[in-house]
Amino acid sequence: MNETFAATPAHRYRFRASGVSISRGGVQILSDISLALDPGETAILRGPNGAGKTTLLRAFAGLLRKDGGQALVQTMDGKSVDTADGTIYCGPLNAVKFSLTVDENLRFWAALYNTPPSMIAEARAAFGLDAHGGRNAGALSTGYCRRLGLSRLLLARKAIWLADEPTASLDAAAVNAFEKIVERHRGDGGIAIIATHDALSIASARTIELKTGIAA
Amino acid sequence: MNGRQAIILRDVRLAFRAGGGSFQAVAFFSVVCVLFALAAGPDLRLMSKIAAPVVWTAALLATLISLDQIYRADREDGSLDVIVATSDELALTAAAKAAAHWLSTGVPLIVATPLLGLLMNLEAGAYAPLMLSLVIGTPALSLIGAFAAALTVSLPRANLLISLIVSPLYMPILIFGAGAASAGAAGDPQYAANLKLLSAATLFAAITAPLASAAALRSNLD
Repeated sequence: MNETFAATPAHRYRFRASGVSISRGGVQILSDISLALDPGETAILRGPNGAGKTTLLRAFAGLLRKDGGQALVQTMDGKSVDTADGTIYCGPLNAVKFSLTVDENLRFWAALYNTPPSMIAEARAAFGLDAHGGRNAGALSTGYCRRLGLSRLLLARKAIWLADEPTASLDAAAVNAFEKIVERHRGDGGIAIIATHDALSIASARTIELKTGIAA
Repeated sequence: MNGRQAIILRDVRLAFRAGGGSFQAVAFFSVVCVLFALAAGPDLRLMSKIAAPVVWTAALLATLISLDQIYRADREDGSLDVIVATSDELALTAAAKAAAHWLSTGVPLIVATPLLGLLMNLEAGAYAPLMLSLVIGTPALSLIGAFAAALTVSLPRANLLISLIVSPLYMPILIFGAGAASAGAAGDPQYAANLKLLSAATLFAAITAPLASAAALRSNLD
């Protein structure tokens, strides 16, 4: 299933969400959210706690049922591809197994994402994890654990990145590195949707404000 | 290595590392057998008679206590999202998770069985039927148990609930498994019939449990 994307070094996919409505536990959290992103575009999701940023990203990733509307990953001629195939969601949980080493975690993800093992080194270096490859992930600090979790963005090789609070617990240097990684992804024609409370400097990123209300 | 092989390899590796489930399952299995042996007293003839049913019951209980972690650990650290998002056929992934559970729990129990048979004065001719029935039957325990784990993955502390769900489903496995072990030791012609029914139960679980697990995982995603 991953081959569609593996074959294309530069991403030529666009993202179209229209009229997305989601309720959780019987409470409507988001209603009628629409978002259209073309290759190379970035959107920053902002909003107070409880505004539904995580919910929206998970719904975009196909990990959450929507009440209405649709979120589609399309080729440039309008053909839809499987959402789970075109997106990578990096949430607040890092999906790191503490009793495996950093490299074992990376190799496991690479196998899941059908990424050749030769690309692991690149992802590891991009997030400054080279010195920690053989360490147990449980021994990493919170910040390094977060870096390890974020390295899935590169390993997955998907066109559309859905990052939820990616810079939480990252130091200034790592935030800077993350911004550069997103910039490069943009340059490759990738799309990023990032929910954050931090000030990220990503060129020509669109900001989307989610209004709070009911969910809080 | 494809994704499902990677999942099996990772789960087995985690189970055999420090704090993993394999050692705990074998320890619990041994403790139950030893407790039975102590409770039954010094009558060696009685002991060798109940040895096979006791081993089967202990194997079932040891499997039971390890079920909760099959999906829960992955859900708690976010791995389940990654696994679900990357699997093209969730039922096959669920089958891989059940296979990993069998490799890391069922197989160690089978390996430990001869030693416990010795402890309980199991007759020489009873080892092979008991081992064979365990080899055929324990995969069904893992498959059904993984389904119950998938069903309850979003509930906190679901261990008791899992026990309640799987107990009625485990009964036929226990009856045919222990039945095959006893009949085989006694040279009873019911041996073959019991083994066939046990195989049928395992095959039935192999087809239905992964499909049911996949449906349960999807409905538990939110």
